[in-house]
Amino acid sequence: MRDETYRKPGAFGRRDFLVAAAAGLVVLALPARAAARPSLDEAVRSFTGGAEAPAGGMRLEIPSLVENGNAVGVTVSVDSAMSADDHVRRIALFNEMNPQADIAVFHLGPRAGRARIATRIRLATAQTVIAVAEMGDGSFRSSETNVIVTLAACIEDLS
Amino acid sequence: MTRALINVPKTAGRGEIIEIKAMISHPMETGHRMGTNGVAIPRDIIHRFSCRYGDEEIFAADLFPAISANPFLAFSTVATTSGTLTFTWTDDAGQTYTESAEITVE
Repeated sequence: MRDETYRKPGAFGRRDFLVAAAAGLVVLALPARAAARPSLDEAVRSFTGGAEAPAGGMRLEIPSLVENGNAVGVTVSVDSAMSADDHVRRIALFNEMNPQADIAVFHLGPRAGRARIATRIRLATAQTVIAVAEMGDGSFRSSETNVIVTLAACIEDLS
Repeated sequence: MTRALINVPKTAGRGEIIEIKAMISHPMETGHRMGTNGVAIPRDIIHRFSCRYGDEEIFAADLFPAISANPFLAFSTVATTSGTLTFTWTDDAGQTYTESAEITVE
């Protein structure tokens, strides 16, 4: 009984609507994160090239209770003379639960004078954050902290 | 228009370690959020920051979506000679923002 002549050119018919709705459902069914993120340990190992990063010799300072995960102050300091022989080459920050494990990689050198950096990061939920430092001699060290986040990042109103 | 704030001491003694703070206004869109129409908002972050003292790069950072909006960075350097510190931020769209500061070393 369907008479195509009644349809205006370019009109959006019932069938088109059903097709579009089905396509929409398929899109919604796809996992929000198609690619699985690496675990905290895998992320650290990809930075160190598989080498161990024993704890100690540096400090990662984050408030242990954070109210707003959108801007969490972080300070990393490494015990180092920052001379030509003994300095920090890179400092990397990784998280455990965000959609992506990387937070940042900082490139330093003897010219930095002091191995201390600060920034502000996003945390999606309560989790562990780790800082890994690569020293001038190629060795690694690390420091990790557990953070409790009461208001997570990434859920703010989009209006 | 993007605004950047940088904090560098105007003068310093030779060999003194000075602290530098740099912040720029940028949404740092993660690419993990959905808009109101159900379409993912594309990622748009500043992925690289660098600071040059004269001709030498003294500090750089690779940034990821876990860095807060309006990225703030604090670091330090040794005041060696009077000169210019140049700060460069590069975002996903390939845009670069540059700011500079003069320092006098006595």
